[in-house]
Formats: sequence, C-alpha cells, structure tokens
Amino acid sequence: MSNATSAHSVVEPSATTKRIAGIIVVVYAIVTMVPLAWIFMTSFKSPPDSISYPPKLVFTPTLEGYCNLFTTRTRQTAEYIESLGPPQSTCDEITRSRNMVIAGPSNYWPRFTNSMVIAFGSTFLAVFLGTLAAYGFSRFRVPLADDLLFFILSTRMMPPIAVAIPIYLMYRELGLSDTALGMILLYTAVNVSLAVWLLKGFMDEIPREYEEAAMIDGYTRLQAFRKVVLPQATTGIAATAIFCLIFAWNEYAFAVLLTSGSAQTAPPFIPTIIGEGGMDWPAVAAGTTIFLVPILVFTILLRKQLLRGITFGAVRK
Amino acid sequence: MINSDTTILEKEPERAAASTPVSLARRIGGLSDRAIAWLFITPTIALLLAINIFPLIWAIRLSFTNYRANRPNAVLENVGLQNYQRVLTDSDIWIAMQTTAHFVFWTILLQTLIGFSLAYLIDRKFRGHAFWTTVILIPMMLSPAVVGNFWRFLYQPQIGLFNYIVSYITGVPPSSFEMLGSVSLAPWSIIIVDTWMWTPYVMLICLAGLRSIPDYIYEAAEVDRASAWRQFWSITIPMALPFIMLAVLFRGIENFKMFDMVMLLTGGGPGSTTEVASITLKREAFESWRTGRASAFAIILFVAVFGLANIYVKALNRVKQR
Repeated sequence: MSNATSAHSVVEPSATTKRIAGIIVVVYAIVTMVPLAWIFMTSFKSPPDSISYPPKLVFTPTLEGYCNLFTTRTRQTAEYIESLGPPQSTCDEITRSRNMVIAGPSNYWPRFTNSMVIAFGSTFLAVFLGTLAAYGFSRFRVPLADDLLFFILSTRMMPPIAVAIPIYLMYRELGLSDTALGMILLYTAVNVSLAVWLLKGFMDEIPREYEEAAMIDGYTRLQAFRKVVLPQATTGIAATAIFCLIFAWNEYAFAVLLTSGSAQTAPPFIPTIIGEGGMDWPAVAAGTTIFLVPILVFTILLRKQLLRGITFGAVRK
Repeated sequence: MINSDTTILEKEPERAAASTPVSLARRIGGLSDRAIAWLFITPTIALLLAINIFPLIWAIRLSFTNYRANRPNAVLENVGLQNYQRVLTDSDIWIAMQTTAHFVFWTILLQTLIGFSLAYLIDRKFRGHAFWTTVILIPMMLSPAVVGNFWRFLYQPQIGLFNYIVSYITGVPPSSFEMLGSVSLAPWSIIIVDTWMWTPYVMLICLAGLRSIPDYIYEAAEVDRASAWRQFWSITIPMALPFIMLAVLFRGIENFKMFDMVMLLTGGGPGSTTEVASITLKREAFESWRTGRASAFAIILFVAVFGLANIYVKALNRVKQR
C-alpha cells in the first residue's frame, strides 16, 4: 500500500502518488484479465494447440472449437468421406480434415436459449413484482412491514442446496421438474427479495410530495404511480434488473439439481462438453466465451447503474 | 390480477351500480390506498410463500422423519431429533465445517486486504481510474460455475497456464505440482479463484466507504499537522471500517454457502479435502438420498448462518454508532 507516501497530506493527491497508484491498479487489472484472455484465445485454437507444452501464445486461429461446440460428429473412413462430395461449409471442411463428418447439431444452442428464456423471464417477473411490492412497502403502512422485509431478505442466506431439497420434492409432485416455468418461478422467488429491498430504497428516495401534488391535480393514486413515480425510479429499476439478470444468467446450483434435459441452462451444460478422448478444451472455451460475452457487454454498457446498485444495495443493508 | 380487482370492486355497491361503463383503469384507479397496498404486495408475498416459506416448512417437517426422496412410497416414520443428533455427532460433517471455515477465513482475509488496498489506490483518482475500475469488476459479473470450470484447465499440470506462469516465475518445473490433485494445494486452488473473482466486490464497497469520508476531516487533520500515516490510521481506517465490515459480512455469507465453484474445480476432492458444507449437503441429499437427515443438516446450516450474521450485525451497529 502506498500510504507511506504523502497521499493524504493534501486532499488532492500528488502527481507521483497518482502515477504509482495508477500503475499498481493497471497491473492488477491486467493480471485479472489474463484468465479471460486465455479462454478467448483457447476458443480459437485447434485441440492439439490447446494442450501443447509450453502453452502456445502464438498459434494459427481456427474455428474448430466453435464448430465442435455446435455440432456432434462421427468418425468415418477416408473412403466414405471422399464419397461425400465437396464440403458444405467451413465447419464441414474442418470436421472432415479430422476424418469425421457432422452428425447433427449439439445441445449447446438449445441450452443457451433456455438460459435466455429463463433469465429474461425471471428478471421481468422479479422486477415487475418487486416494483409493485417496493412501492407498497415504501408508501403505505403495511402491518409488520419491517419483519416481512427482513424475513424476505433472510431467505437469501440459505445455502441453495438447502433450498433445493424441498423445491426438488415440490416440483416433482407438481410436475415442474425440468421445466422452464419451474426455473423461472424459482429464480423469480430468489430475485424478488433482492428486488424489493433495492427498489424500496430507490422509491424511498423519491419525495412523496411529487405524487401528492399529482393527486391534487386530479390524478388517481395509480396514475400518479405510473406517471410520476415510475419515471423517477427508472435508474433504480434498471440497476435492479441488471442484478436479477446476472444472478439468473450465472446460477448453477439450482439448475444442476432441478434440470437435466429440456430445461437445462448453459452453466450446467458447458462443463459436460467433452470430445473424443478427454476434454475438448477449445469447444469448452468457445462455449464459455459465447456465454460470457453478453454479461461482458452488459457490464461495460451499464457500468454506472451497476456501480450504483452494488454500493447502494450493500450500504443500505 | 384483473379478477382480484373486480372482486374488490364489487364490494363497492355504488360503483357496481353505476350505469355509465367506466374503463378498467379508471376503476382500479379509484381504489383506496389500502386496497392498492395489498394489491401491490400480495403477489410477491404469495410467490414467496409458495416457493420460499412452504418448502422451508416442508424441510423442517422432513428433518424429523426418515424420508428418502428416492423411495417416495416407503412408510414415513417419525424419528424425533435423531437426524439432528446424527448430524451433530457426525465427524465427516464437522470436518466439512472446518474446511468451510478455513475457506471462508482465507478468502475473506485476502479479499479484504487486496480489495481495500485497491480501493485506496483507486481513490487517489489517477487518470483513467473509472475505466480501470470497470475492468477490475469484470470477474465478479461472470458465472462462478462456468469460470470455475475453465480454471480447471488453467490448473492442469504441464499444459495449464497457471502452472506454467508459476514455473516461469519460481523456476519450479510446471509438472512437479498439481493444484487440484494434491491434498495440500487443492484448498488453495479454490481460494485463489474465489479471490480472483470476488476481490472486486470488496473493493467496490470499500471504495464507497472511502468516498463517504468528507474532505474537511482531512483538511482539519492537515491544519493540526497530523502525518499521513496518522491520518490513515485515525481517519481513513475507522471511518471506512463499517463498510469493510459490511463487505466481510456479505462475502462471509456467500462463501459459507459456496457450492458451484468448488463443485466444478475439485468436486470436493482429492478425497474430501475440499468438501465444504454445501457439497456434503448435496451428497447427503442427492447421492445418498437421506433426505430427512440432509434437511436436518440444511436447517442447522441456516440457523448457524442466521445466528452468526445477527451477532455480527449487532457488532457492526456498535461500530457504526461510535
């Protein structure tokens, strides 16, 4: 730590202090990016390149990882492959060069779609319900409101596996196991507690006088909510939505226990990608890259709301 | 929603009797504040009752029985407190709790030290600090399972990047150690990934703490000719302490429940050296199918987290009031 330098002697740190601080932070940031850069690079390597020693920094990029990710392949004899005629696509060509032919699409795309449906569905529901409930808690006297809020939040302290045991049994009875609806409901329930908590904070910040003025002007309570409170709460709602989305997108424990086939999301699926004779690391890296990109874009585009949400949510509790 | 609106409205005779048809929006809009409050809160409460509270009660009920989820038709026997007794006297479970405590302690220590240092440096407001803060944040946004799975590749002996970098720096041959396969290194492999991932979170909260300290306090200290060292220990640290403690609380709760990253990195192995509480719970519930006993363990865990968190929050409030 650089506190031995005269960092605090003036409120504005000196140029040297700033430079040293900057260098350390930048080095840290670059080091933490190495694993991610490695994932990205590996996704463009051929399988032999990916497991070479020493690890290859310079290599000929190939789309083999992405091809393997999206297809299933079968090994064929050279004669059979010759008899097929010209390759239909780049992937076809790459596959044939390994003495294989494409047998069909893999499960990656359906799993990725499941992730999208479940993440966006549960985020929408959680934010919708959360906004209404937060307004209710913020503006009206609800009996036992504090206890209710605290209880709602404390359910997040349970280990997910502990929650999953009774949910597993309940879903089995109700036929919700391995369905997108079941997962959406579960993620909504988990997220809504955080959504209510965060949004109540944002709503508390909006002065009551705004709505009261609107109601004096002849708006009903609901019109005032829609036309005065909601526009004011947009930033808060956006911040909350990002949090819910990130949780639902990244969640693994519930997904691996409660889905196995048709409703499985990408996180439990990606680790199961294997090639012939060991892990197909380029394909895993390709699947990981595609899965991480949406969140990366989100983080960079919405960093302001995100920062506000994290610190706000934490500091309020 | 529409149904419940109209049933409430039907109780208002003069509205129901109104001859001119009013639009639905107008009719809902005319609801009393009390009705709106309930209308807004009920769906959330109903969902939480169905998916949080009801299963919790069910789990409590099961924890007193010998229920096994793979034999749903077997006769259900009440076994009283036997499950709790077995869990609390099971040496494997105590070992898992120790593993968890070890993991929580080291991750929190490392994350707090690195996170606070980073926050302090970023608060020097060098050129481009906002951009680099965003870059540092990226790991915490990603899926622990998906990233943990990829770290398995980085940790491979010989071909893995991690071993190669360590060998490049220290000169130890890269195939001479196995991060995930050796009893002494496996816990550290998890601690490293967790620290990589969650230090940014601690950093952000510490940053909020540092930024909450008003400039005039430092200016006053300057007038009193307090040294930079003195200012750091008697202004910066005490005033940022509630924030640091909050960060510790959140990371503590999260890491106590840690499951996905450990599952994908080591699966609890080698042997059971990295078997944290959540993994033991998963084994009991979904591999041995001792649902009753697993429920008892789950409830013990919940009570433990809840109790510890409450004691901690009390301490935190005392620090805040100072």
